[in-house]
Amino acid sequence: MNRIDNVFVKKERKLFIAYLVCGDPDLNTTFKLMNNLVKSGVDIIELGMPFTDPIADGPIIQKSVERALRKKTSIINVLDLVKKFRKSNKKTPVVLMGYLNPIENLGYEKFATLSEKSQVDGVLIVDSPPEESECLEYALSEKNIHSIYLASPTTDKKRLKEISRKSSGYLYYVSLKGITGSKINRVDDISKKIKSIRNMSNKNLPIAVGFGIKDSVTARKISRIADGIIIGSSIVELIEENLHNRDKMISKIKKFAANISNALVRK
Amino acid sequence: MKKKFNNLPDINGHFDQYGGMFVSETLIYPLKELLKAYKKIAKSSNFKELLDSELSSYVGRPTPIYYAERISKELGKSHIYLKREDLNHTGAHKINNAMGQVLLAKQMGKTRIIAETGAGQHGVATATACAKYNLQCIVYMGEEDIQRQKINVYRMKLLGAEVVPVSSGSKTLKDALNEALRDWVSNVDNTHYVIGSVAGPHPYPMIVRDFQSVIGYESKKQMKTLYNKEADILVACVGGGSNAIGLFHPYLNDKVKIFGVEAGGYGLSTGMHAAPLNKGKPGVLHGNRTYIMEDKDGQIQTTHSISAGLDYPGVGPEHSWLKDNKRVKYVSVTDKEALKAFYYLTEKEGIIPALETAHALAYAFKIAKKEKNKNILINLSGRGDKDIDTIAKMSRMDL
Ligand SMILES: Cc1ncc(COP(=O)(O)O)c(C=O)c1O
Repeated sequence: MNRIDNVFVKKERKLFIAYLVCGDPDLNTTFKLMNNLVKSGVDIIELGMPFTDPIADGPIIQKSVERALRKKTSIINVLDLVKKFRKSNKKTPVVLMGYLNPIENLGYEKFATLSEKSQVDGVLIVDSPPEESECLEYALSEKNIHSIYLASPTTDKKRLKEISRKSSGYLYYVSLKGITGSKINRVDDISKKIKSIRNMSNKNLPIAVGFGIKDSVTARKISRIADGIIIGSSIVELIEENLHNRDKMISKIKKFAANISNALVRK
Repeated sequence: MKKKFNNLPDINGHFDQYGGMFVSETLIYPLKELLKAYKKIAKSSNFKELLDSELSSYVGRPTPIYYAERISKELGKSHIYLKREDLNHTGAHKINNAMGQVLLAKQMGKTRIIAETGAGQHGVATATACAKYNLQCIVYMGEEDIQRQKINVYRMKLLGAEVVPVSSGSKTLKDALNEALRDWVSNVDNTHYVIGSVAGPHPYPMIVRDFQSVIGYESKKQMKTLYNKEADILVACVGGGSNAIGLFHPYLNDKVKIFGVEAGGYGLSTGMHAAPLNKGKPGVLHGNRTYIMEDKDGQIQTTHSISAGLDYPGVGPEHSWLKDNKRVKYVSVTDKEALKAFYYLTEKEGIIPALETAHALAYAFKIAKKEKNKNILINLSGRGDKDIDTIAKMSRMDL
């Protein structure tokens, strides 16, 4: 069983999914942060694969990606880090998140093979909607790696059906029309959309909500309606604010994550 | 059966492996909405009539074709013709597309227009159309381009547009496009994004091409009626590729040789250029699969060109397809060669071309020296007023 399916079934509370950019500020710190996030209650790690042109990301993640690229963090580095993480952690799912071009450059087959070797559990490519993802999705599914797709407030019913059919692991619902780092204002709208996705998906596909969750209050609210919540920019911002002091960076992020983790409701 | 070169993209926006809609989910809806509106509104005879009449009374179409006799004779035994897109209102071909898209956006009920710009010509064209049709206009422009195209920045501001400097990445056209896409995701309901070239996700490469094809259609007619001749060779510069495809597309099934000229910068071997069709490989950037300049890890490379409008690591997907199918030959000229051509046309014909256009001229002049009795039609995509600052600085002349 894929680790993602497992954790959604077994966890007694709604899931906490944390995003951070691999290689910011360096690979070793990313490794430490991953382990500490798990200790603070994070259930799934979304690891960003840096790309020069992150069109769906706001300034916070853009800057993080720039820092990672200054260290020349490549997909191979990301995959190696996941392998290292797996040596001590066999349980926490890791989802690679990024943009298509570096993967095209490496080749879909090779990417899938290396991802399997590193025990990656899912892949989410922001600029590759299901229509353009058939080959990559196939290569990944051969290795039992989930392809996770996005749905957004602008997705119509017909597409929602198609996206939830093609998604595996979970469906990533983008809470707002905007880029990462924006702020949610209407939880009601999200609630409605999630209900309609649930009604229409023909399997028990978990729905995780991301973009715009910055604090425990919002996290708690969203956790009432979704199967998981995703936090990215707020964690990445703590990296940025504490670049001069790694220990402080880690302790701040641990504290932030524990606070979110405690706020999430039970199933 | 002879292969047809003008029947793509398919319904999914693909030119075989190129093109497509590689965008985040939020943008799928506005792209499909745009495609629908384009098919319904822009293809209607009402819209076409309106646009045609605006293009003639406001933009100044049809633009003439000028026979450049003096340089033709001096260079050799061929005949050089210039399709004078520089004589359009605002000074470049960019307005053909801006007028079409802004009119379409207005009829779609959009109230806010955004655009990216490199040389500033597309920004100025869009700001102009927005002034005329009373729409809010925001233009994203890389900080480096703001420096080298100051006059256009000021023009946009005069026209009532807000110019937003982009300081991320390489601070040029590529990054302005990123920022415009981010704006669009955040404001999809009331905003139309006017892309300035045949790049971006489907349906942009098709829409921009169609609006620019007026260049080629006019040229075909004019070569006949004005000179009783047919073009044998077409030459245009290729940044994103809109002025080039505009001239080429109506000719693709004809017996003409076609050359697209990319920016060779300091030379293709230096790595400091903007010639993805010559030196890049297929990848995905800004919503479509096309030739791009990337490093060994698949990261997009910074480009270099003396001309801001060609300083882009990608190219319209249709050009990638035309390259692979060997219908168009893509070549490059260096900054230096382009500059030489800039001076040459200015001094010998009294026409100051844009630095982008100077790339097409430089290559066409090479052809003219070699070929005999050929009619060479060059797309004179824009005028060089915007580049006077750059040129003066380079020749250490005080303005
Ligand atoms: C005069 C002129 N020619 C050419 C270009 C390059 O664009 P494209 O390749 O889309 O025609 C520009 C872009 O700014 C331009 O201003």
